[in-house]
Amino acid sequence: MNHYIEEYYDVIVVGAGHAGCEAALACARLGLKTLVFTVSVDSIALMPCNPNIGGTSKGHLVCELDALGGEMGKCIDDTFIQSKMLNKSKGPAVHSLRAQADKMAYIGRMRKTLENTENLRIKQGEVAELVTEPCPEQERADGQPEQKAGQDKKKIAGVKTTSGAFYHAKKVILCTGVYLNARCIYGEVSEHTGPNGLRAANQLTASLMAQGIPVRRFKTGTPARVDRRSIDFSKMEEQKGDEELRPFSFSNEPWDIQREQVSCWLTYTNEKTHEIIRSNIGRSPLFSGDIVGTGPRYCPSIEDKVVKFPEKDRHQIFVEPEGLYTNEMYLSGMSSSLPEDVQHAMIRTMPGFEHAEIVRNAYAIEYDCIDATCLRPTLEFKEISGLYAAGQINGSSGYEEAAVQGFMAGVNAALSACGREEVVLDRSDGYIGVLIDDLVTKESHEPYRMMTSRAEYRLLLRQDNADLRLRETGYRIGLVSRQEYEAFLEKKRMIAEEIERMEKTIAGSNEKVNAFLEKHGSATLPDSRGVSFAELIKRPELSYELLSEIDSQRKPLPWRVCEQVNIEIKYEGYIRRQMQQVEHFKKLEKKKLPKDLDYEALSGLRLEARQKLNKIRPENIGQAGRISGVSPADISVLMIYLEQMGKGTDK
Amino acid sequence: MIGQTIAAIATGLTESGIGIIRISGPESYEIAKKIFRKKNGSVPELSESHKVHYGFILSQAAEEHVSRETSGQILDEVLMLNMKGPRSYTGEDTIEIDCHGGILMMKRVLDTVLRAGARLAEPGEFTKRAFLNGRLDLSQAEAVIDVINAKNDRALKASVAQLKGSVSEKIRKCRETLLEDTAYIEAALDDPEHIELTGFSEKLLRDVEQTEQTLGRLISSSEDGRLMKEGINTAIVGKPNAGKSSLLNVLLGEERAIVTDIAGTTRDTLEETINLRGVTLNMVDTAGIRNTEDTVEKIGVERALKAARNADLVIYVADASVPLDDSDRRIIAFLSQEEKKTIVLLNKNDLAGMVSEREIRELLPEDTCILSISAKHEVGIEELEQRIEEMFYTGSLSYNDELYITSARQKEALVKAAAALRQVRESVEQGMSEDFYSIDLMNAYTELGYILGEEVDEDLVNEIFSKFCMGK
Repeated sequence: MNHYIEEYYDVIVVGAGHAGCEAALACARLGLKTLVFTVSVDSIALMPCNPNIGGTSKGHLVCELDALGGEMGKCIDDTFIQSKMLNKSKGPAVHSLRAQADKMAYIGRMRKTLENTENLRIKQGEVAELVTEPCPEQERADGQPEQKAGQDKKKIAGVKTTSGAFYHAKKVILCTGVYLNARCIYGEVSEHTGPNGLRAANQLTASLMAQGIPVRRFKTGTPARVDRRSIDFSKMEEQKGDEELRPFSFSNEPWDIQREQVSCWLTYTNEKTHEIIRSNIGRSPLFSGDIVGTGPRYCPSIEDKVVKFPEKDRHQIFVEPEGLYTNEMYLSGMSSSLPEDVQHAMIRTMPGFEHAEIVRNAYAIEYDCIDATCLRPTLEFKEISGLYAAGQINGSSGYEEAAVQGFMAGVNAALSACGREEVVLDRSDGYIGVLIDDLVTKESHEPYRMMTSRAEYRLLLRQDNADLRLRETGYRIGLVSRQEYEAFLEKKRMIAEEIERMEKTIAGSNEKVNAFLEKHGSATLPDSRGVSFAELIKRPELSYELLSEIDSQRKPLPWRVCEQVNIEIKYEGYIRRQMQQVEHFKKLEKKKLPKDLDYEALSGLRLEARQKLNKIRPENIGQAGRISGVSPADISVLMIYLEQMGKGTDK
Repeated sequence: MIGQTIAAIATGLTESGIGIIRISGPESYEIAKKIFRKKNGSVPELSESHKVHYGFILSQAAEEHVSRETSGQILDEVLMLNMKGPRSYTGEDTIEIDCHGGILMMKRVLDTVLRAGARLAEPGEFTKRAFLNGRLDLSQAEAVIDVINAKNDRALKASVAQLKGSVSEKIRKCRETLLEDTAYIEAALDDPEHIELTGFSEKLLRDVEQTEQTLGRLISSSEDGRLMKEGINTAIVGKPNAGKSSLLNVLLGEERAIVTDIAGTTRDTLEETINLRGVTLNMVDTAGIRNTEDTVEKIGVERALKAARNADLVIYVADASVPLDDSDRRIIAFLSQEEKKTIVLLNKNDLAGMVSEREIRELLPEDTCILSISAKHEVGIEELEQRIEEMFYTGSLSYNDELYITSARQKEALVKAAAALRQVRESVEQGMSEDFYSIDLMNAYTELGYILGEEVDEDLVNEIFSKFCMGK
């Protein structure tokens, strides 16, 4: 039987999309012999939908990923063609960076990085089967006595490809994106392909199911692409990029990323568009029932919007370039699965699109993914040790959501392979923590998108301080260089020093100060009473930057330091309140629950709680409390049991 | 969490009894020093443990415009016991206050303690702490869990069921407004290119002020106990034609009964509040089931049993003029199984008796009170009233103490919600950006949710998606 290739690796990554790239890079950079599979080498880091990276809350993810030592932020900094800070008029917690990518440049840049990373090999091929073996007794968690829940535990051994080759590996990370049993649909047309006509992976699902992994079907979609030459931009509103550019990556400075930007354009649908949609709605596979997968509510197709919000007489459509290399323009807001002829007709009703030529039709795509509650917060399968999953296979959506999961899965696979302690970010560490905790704790019934409202400590989880939150962790993992780390420590020192100086420097009640205050519409200081600079910064109409006029002692500091000083002083009260909440939250997160605890045996819990806890098997009391169907009384009961067992305390 | 100081009424709530307020946790001594004064007005000396102090409880300044209480007034004459941890029930520093003045006074003293910095104990929390602090044996863990579960179940039942319909309706409306406004802000933050926030803070401010006013009114009502349907929940059960309606009519008779009907409250059609010799009974009149002449007699029994299950006292009216039938046997089986406080009335004693006291006594617990009456001729009613009064004053029947806990918990939630809204208002007035509002708005929303017993979880995300057209 030795006619097939047989090779040995430390880590195998299945898929080279945004999750797969970060996973493979993290593992290889941590010194593990890594192999990444892709159905097509040309589709590494492909952006098959929107041509941008970042946006509200996604920008946060990219910054956090960068702070930890991921690649996405650096890659988009190198390849963007327009950059914009969203929510600039709002508080700093919701400022979100979004950059239009040159898709070809982005995937080229990422592919080159992968190809030139030591320990990393790329292979074009389709993984057909997961190979597992029984988990040896001694590898059970914490040497706890064997319990029922742990009985069928398996261990990953490697993967087989459709060609019959067998690749042994200590760890396998599944980053299959939307490719499992993918089917693209528009109108009556249905093709069994992945995005952009790429081949689907049609065998792996059966293997996942045979391994007992819960599989379900989700749906998403993408709008049409139109030839730039056929569009009349004079009838649209121009959307320019920011004049002041700001990088995603903490390793880049604004002057590193200066370049000429291209514009996006804004147009609107109208009654005519809606009329065409309404009269053809019966031909949509979504409404005819041909599509069974669950679609995302936050990214509805245009026909969904028209049906669901009949009172809106127009919808915004942003027209975005796919890159400098092409004339294709992406119609953001126009995703659809209506038949080709309807798509043509409806697009041509919009101002500027009267003579539009479609290059690629809009389509919906259905795919298999897993119920991520079968994963631990490390993204490792509870029942199959050494197997991880990241990205859209976990029921998330979005490049950024995928990338951060890929990174965390890669890091944990690598750390575990080296016998090092795993890294789990919690909900107070970052959006990454919120995202993964939601995925593995709450049963989601639609593709999961990050939103700032999902982060309960968002005043602390800002883009601007992602490095202050996570650089340390990235360095400890080994993916942030010594040089980057030292720059970070220096920054931290400067911030602390300057904040202290602001608190100690007193603005006296003199002519200069009062003239300054008056100029900025701020109350002047009463005679003989001075206030600290910090107090003045807290006033809504003033800022650290403005205070330079009366701050004769000020030394020039890096812009990132100035920004932190301003934010930390200005919002101190709010920040302090959130820190207190975090403290409370951390206490519960520290109360660990035994991995193999059989909740069915804990008769004091209500039936629903027992079932949910046994299914999700949370890592700690905090996570247990976030499971829907587990009440505060159940948590009290659980704490009593823990105490009785003499485990799980943080003493 | 251990670390916070908790307080609750530790004894049953009977009108005549002495009530104990227990405070446990690191700040309990501080709280005692704040609210307790010796007879000569001095602060108590607490350095020696396990000492009894005699003095007064003084009212505490309430939060501005959320309460009418004023500070420094003498509320009650009390005995106070201080116990230094770990030599206390919970193993923590503990203060116990024995107050004299009946239920209302206990509530006011508890309120004062909460205002001075304690938080209301969760159901079973003292026991839980005792256990977690090693004061109870490991073998008692099961018992602790039972206490938590039992208390929690009852508290949950009380929480929503006891709330007046009009009150929950108001709170529900407030929540709807808060959720809608928050969802608008959040939708705009998540999708700034589609949804505009300009000018929204004016609308928000109006909504917040209005909600604050509503909450303020609810908080004052809560101080008078007007939020809750108070009294002993009493169910009258019995098969059709046993005489339940007649009994109720007799009890409601003009001379004896006071029927409360506070303006602005929706009175449940099947419920009457009766005051019998100073004891408030909240009657659940299963006699109101009208369609029992039909073949649906069974349904009537089901509904009666459901009412009985939630009651503190069950008055079972048996028709003594006909032999016991299946309906009677089901009711009796239920009563003995649920171990409810029960008074059995053998009605129609003016007719030939077909049911004997002995027959029923064999089927029910020994101490069950059985009386022979005639509702129609008003015979035996006097005795019935006397027995109820006795049961109450001997403590075998008491107001549902979970109700008071619930009521205090609900007030706590109202106060916190109002405080969160004040934060919102301040943020708006200080010109903070919109993303700061939603945190406090959601806090208020969550607090109000506790009152209605509703979980928050995905509400906001669902609201955003259902109301706003999002995304690409």
